[in-house]
Amino acid sequence: MTDEIPVLQVQGLTKYFPVAKKLFGGPTRYVHAVDGVDLHVGEGETLGLVGESGCGKSTVGRTILRLLTPTTGTIRLLGDDITTLRNRELRPHRARMQIIFQDPFSSLDPRMKAGTIVGELLNVHERLSRAERDERVASLFDRVGLRVSQMQNYPHEFSGGQRQRLGIARALSLNPKLIVCDEPVSALDVSIQAQVINLLADLQQEFGIAYLFIAHDLAVVEHISDRVAVMYLGRIVETAERRELFANPQHPYTESLLAAVPVPDPTRRSDRQILSGDVPSPIDRPSGCHFHTRCPYATEQCKVETPVPREVGDGHVVTCHLR
Amino acid sequence: MTDSGAESGARRNVGAPILAVTDLTVEFDTPEGIARAVDAVSFEVSPGETLAIVGESGCGKSITAMSILRLVPSPPGRLVSGTARLDGTDLLAIPEHQMRDVRGRDIAMIFQEPMTSLNPVLTVGYQIAETVRRHERLSRRDARARAVEMLQLVRIPEPARRASEFPHQLSGGMRQRAMIAMALVCNPRIVIADEPTTALDVTIQAQVLELLRDLQERLQTAVVLITHDLGVVAETADRVIVMYAGRKIEEASVDVLFADPQHPYTQGLLASVPRLAGDEARTRLTEIPGMVPPLTALPRGCAFAPRCARASAQCREAPPELGDVEAQHRVACWHPGQEP
Repeated sequence: MTDEIPVLQVQGLTKYFPVAKKLFGGPTRYVHAVDGVDLHVGEGETLGLVGESGCGKSTVGRTILRLLTPTTGTIRLLGDDITTLRNRELRPHRARMQIIFQDPFSSLDPRMKAGTIVGELLNVHERLSRAERDERVASLFDRVGLRVSQMQNYPHEFSGGQRQRLGIARALSLNPKLIVCDEPVSALDVSIQAQVINLLADLQQEFGIAYLFIAHDLAVVEHISDRVAVMYLGRIVETAERRELFANPQHPYTESLLAAVPVPDPTRRSDRQILSGDVPSPIDRPSGCHFHTRCPYATEQCKVETPVPREVGDGHVVTCHLR
Repeated sequence: MTDSGAESGARRNVGAPILAVTDLTVEFDTPEGIARAVDAVSFEVSPGETLAIVGESGCGKSITAMSILRLVPSPPGRLVSGTARLDGTDLLAIPEHQMRDVRGRDIAMIFQEPMTSLNPVLTVGYQIAETVRRHERLSRRDARARAVEMLQLVRIPEPARRASEFPHQLSGGMRQRAMIAMALVCNPRIVIADEPTTALDVTIQAQVLELLRDLQERLQTAVVLITHDLGVVAETADRVIVMYAGRKIEEASVDVLFADPQHPYTQGLLASVPRLAGDEARTRLTEIPGMVPPLTALPRGCAFAPRCARASAQCREAPPELGDVEAQHRVACWHPGQEP
């Protein structure tokens, strides 16, 4: 890490959601969706955040953007603590961070024209004349590979890949420093997925945007990330530089996650180690290391003691008793 | 852990085909006109073999599968031509009551989303037992016992307790396993699996695929696997059919298809998949430009021509027929082969 202020610095982030109480009271129980997450993203850098459904990766993204209020922890955007800011104070910061959603079918208002959707943030954050705004929107359409004439169309007239381009144009409109990409390509067919991934990479090169890239597809994450963090049940279990993580995974969960990915090469049918069991519920989490119920190497210590993150190499941090 | 198809070349010795689909054509009436979702598709599958049908959304792979079981709603769907022979009997010609005996007993289907294909108000055990009792004369108690046995076979822990639970009480992976149990309870000869692991996490996907492989080995079931995931194809299939805009454009054994794809679309598809590359340098993904044309407005010639770098006047003029590249490897392209 350098001395520069990172675009995003998150420390000890937790987010608990209360679960509905039983009819006659009893203690309130919580879903520990995010449970002590530390991460940072530098300028123009992509941090991939991977994990299986329910591990809390999307909640991390939404909490960072303050779409959800964190339970504890601090979030710094370009050095400014935005953890507890209220609406009005938060507004200037909102312009610097944006999100691209997974589902391009439900994240666009079906009754708004595409040009209006993309220009909406400009209306809120910048004082522009109508002509200036239209010009900006037109150049955004052009930049993400849509035709300017399509500004007049409604979302249903676009294909899945084009809708994702609309979402990207909208996120770009305020020249953000950070974009949280929440499974941006998982709803797309592979040939279209490649188009969108390449577009995101080009835009990063051009504008120096930092990405927090949330996904469950490890191959996609490996392709786009500079560094990767692996989450399991609300905690980050391993963080490393991309190559290091994929070539030299240290946490048993990362290992089995990588082994489970089907390889598109029939000559390399793996005789792999398959992880047994399901992810435990984030309401009744296992004691100690959350992964011990599925871990092939778990010891008595793992069942009792919560492991702390340890640096095992340059920027390679593992949260495991055994490594 | 079974290591089913580790030997290369012809993956398994397979016998005579059990299901032969010939010239299947299915159309839909839509407000935009007639959409030919499946266009003259033929294929065969043999006992113990896994045939994968791959393609992107809207290429007709699911409709092909559903047509064989006659599950395509009509209207708007319409069978234009084709036969689907199961041991010589044309499933597309027999009366509906006879077809009901085929479904579940001879051919079973596993769907992508177990939450929408299981009945939410009936217990899992009841739903499996119901399938058995539809096809075999068995008491309720015996059918129930079979259901529990089946749940055990698909490695659901505490099968007796799980049998009395409702679908929402099971996790996603367990629900998919319950679906597989239901599909296999009558020992069908053919299982059609439509994106069976798409909704699952990778670690659970690996469990389910292994389970399917294991059961297939034991019961010599023929599997038609419909998927868009080339990784899943490479791991499980013996033979592969690639579909584009309703047509079969390439067919080959899995090894040949991945090693020597002939159709530019197959090549593009394989190139656009990001791979876990280990420590190789990051490269740009190959894109296939443009998108699939709507089925109601297909070009006159090859449907892939507008996106194809090799397209010539001939491609835009007339659709190519399927031709043999070599034995067991067929392609529908005017300019097949590797890029010069």
